[in-house]
Amino acid sequence: MGERVFMQGNEAMAESAIRAGCKLFFGYPITPSSEVPEYYAKVMRERPEENIMFIQGETETSVFNMIAGAVAAGHRAMTATSGPGFSLGQEAMSYMSAASLPAVIVEVMRPGPADGEILAAQGDYFQATRGGGHGDYNNLVLAPYSVQELCELMQESFDLAEKYHNPVVLLSDAMLAKLRESVELPGYVENEPKPEEKWRTLTGADGRDPHIITTCGRGAIQWERFNLDLQEKFRKIAENEVRYETYNLEDADIVLVAFGCFSRVCISAMKMAREEGMKVGMIRPISLWPFPEEAFRGLDGKKFLVCELNAGQMVQDVKLSVDNKNDVTFYGRLGGQVPTPKEILGEIRKLR
Amino acid sequence: MNKVVIDFERCKECGYCIHFCPKGVLTKGTEINKHSYYPPVVGEGCIACGTCARVCPDAAISVFKEEA
Amino acid sequence: MRAVKTIYQRPVVFTDEITTYCGGCGHGIINKIIAELIDEMELRDKGVICWPIGCSCLSDLYYKMDQIMCLHGRAPAVATGMKRANPKEFVLVYQGDGDMVSEGMAEIMHAAIRSEKFSIIFVNNAIYGMTGGQMAPTTLLGQHASTAPYGRRIDSSGYPVQMAELMATMPGVIYSERVAVNSPQRILQAKKAIKKAFQLQLEGKGLSFVEVLSMCPTGWSTAPVKALDWVDQKMIPIYPLGVKKDVSEGETVQNEEQELEVRSL
Repeated sequence: MGERVFMQGNEAMAESAIRAGCKLFFGYPITPSSEVPEYYAKVMRERPEENIMFIQGETETSVFNMIAGAVAAGHRAMTATSGPGFSLGQEAMSYMSAASLPAVIVEVMRPGPADGEILAAQGDYFQATRGGGHGDYNNLVLAPYSVQELCELMQESFDLAEKYHNPVVLLSDAMLAKLRESVELPGYVENEPKPEEKWRTLTGADGRDPHIITTCGRGAIQWERFNLDLQEKFRKIAENEVRYETYNLEDADIVLVAFGCFSRVCISAMKMAREEGMKVGMIRPISLWPFPEEAFRGLDGKKFLVCELNAGQMVQDVKLSVDNKNDVTFYGRLGGQVPTPKEILGEIRKLR
Repeated sequence: MNKVVIDFERCKECGYCIHFCPKGVLTKGTEINKHSYYPPVVGEGCIACGTCARVCPDAAISVFKEEA
Repeated sequence: MRAVKTIYQRPVVFTDEITTYCGGCGHGIINKIIAELIDEMELRDKGVICWPIGCSCLSDLYYKMDQIMCLHGRAPAVATGMKRANPKEFVLVYQGDGDMVSEGMAEIMHAAIRSEKFSIIFVNNAIYGMTGGQMAPTTLLGQHASTAPYGRRIDSSGYPVQMAELMATMPGVIYSERVAVNSPQRILQAKKAIKKAFQLQLEGKGLSFVEVLSMCPTGWSTAPVKALDWVDQKMIPIYPLGVKKDVSEGETVQNEEQELEVRSL
């Protein structure tokens, strides 16, 4: 681990990515993610010894494809964007997943739909966890809840992307991005992927067989086989990369379910409810895809209150994970509204 | 003798080689290949200029010149 | 026994695959020119070709070298990422008119704006080939296409786009030429232009661009040999051949002094 600093989420995350050996950043400014390209642009000039390359692309469409090229050439590369930009990047997300290119994308959520607002929200849950583009594919989606976790998952995202040869989406939001808190910055890490995890990089076929990256089908038989191979990749991710945290589940009658920064509000509400004598626990999914279904096993009979800053997206995954979906209640806010712990407490009381 | 070798299965019968051959060495073929095209037939009088090979979109033609 | 000299033989970098192009398609000739140059300039071991979406999206089957198939219009963006990551790599971008001028106009213009140091071959056959003869931005006025069944009209579709001239106006482009492949002489000239574009990249100069007028007998509903004449009669008057820009001998685009001057602003 590196030094302890008081730093903004976006900037601490950018520094962590640099320390993870991500020297290439392709970006397009969009609130609330713009501090990340700004940080890279600054470091490129101020720390020339680090060999940083920052390119401000013309659109996110283009930026995501630049990442595909850089990753195909065997280098770590990333971008940070927000809802509308993430939408523009979807064709490349579908492409990079199919082409098995280990890109890392930070999506700093803001309330949609359309241009929307620039406040905190979680309305891009579906877009991130269901692939978001066309065809049968998945992104590995990680949702941190603190600047510390944001920095750690930032670094891990590269390893995971390279392990599975698949894009990883780090799902941040406007609250986490702008939040300044005390964080122990992760140290510099060796970024050479292990040989067995090396993807088919395009560096010129000097002394080896050619590497060819294509996502162009050659008939139904070949394309079904290609798709089955992809599904096998997703199955492996689903098997190995489930992450979540649980709080006070042992004696709980009511279980809160929340992810990302908003789960901090729910943790406070849980504590307040406990002080009132209510037996409240909580599940905090960290990997949103694969969704931690296993966290809900053996919790038959408990009531679930799913709290999200959207109109009800993760709640659908929760309903698929619990034994009886009638036990699941949803509470959500829209437009950038973030409820206080007291408001969540009010919702918990209704379930008693 | 100069030689034009046509890869029979590769030909798609566009006729560019016949069209551009300065000596009229190549003529329309009568034998069909497995992709249902009729590759040209090579006649006499080739000067090994290589034009037919250069214009062939399928890289199906090789040309060899016998040195004097 | 007399010695036998090889006048022409199939390029070594080619695989044995038979192309999916129609008979008489200009793509085959352009692919062949690229293969010949890769052999002659020994680019196979350090080169990557970025293919587009279109009739040439299966071209990775034809070459024994590193290749990537990019999404519609995005090849210049993918190439940007690749060349920025590995500046020593030889990166060739190959695009058709639907791919580059419709969907990828932003990508190509901004690659030119940034003066990315790779070579671009742009195949202009005035039609969408793979999707089945629809109108392209380069389709000529009055030319029939399946989405312009009575001919392209200005009121609904505007004017054909002249890419070689457009690229010549961009400061980041150091070389722009339009060539054709409808005769043996023109094929030689096309090869010369593409070779120059490759050389400029190897010298680390800015973006080099070659537009190639190409035959699409199927899309134009003509016999291949008649398509050769169609290029002469219909295309060249609208798309005149020749060098549109060549500043490769002068100052390189990214002049250090110039950059310092800008910084002092």
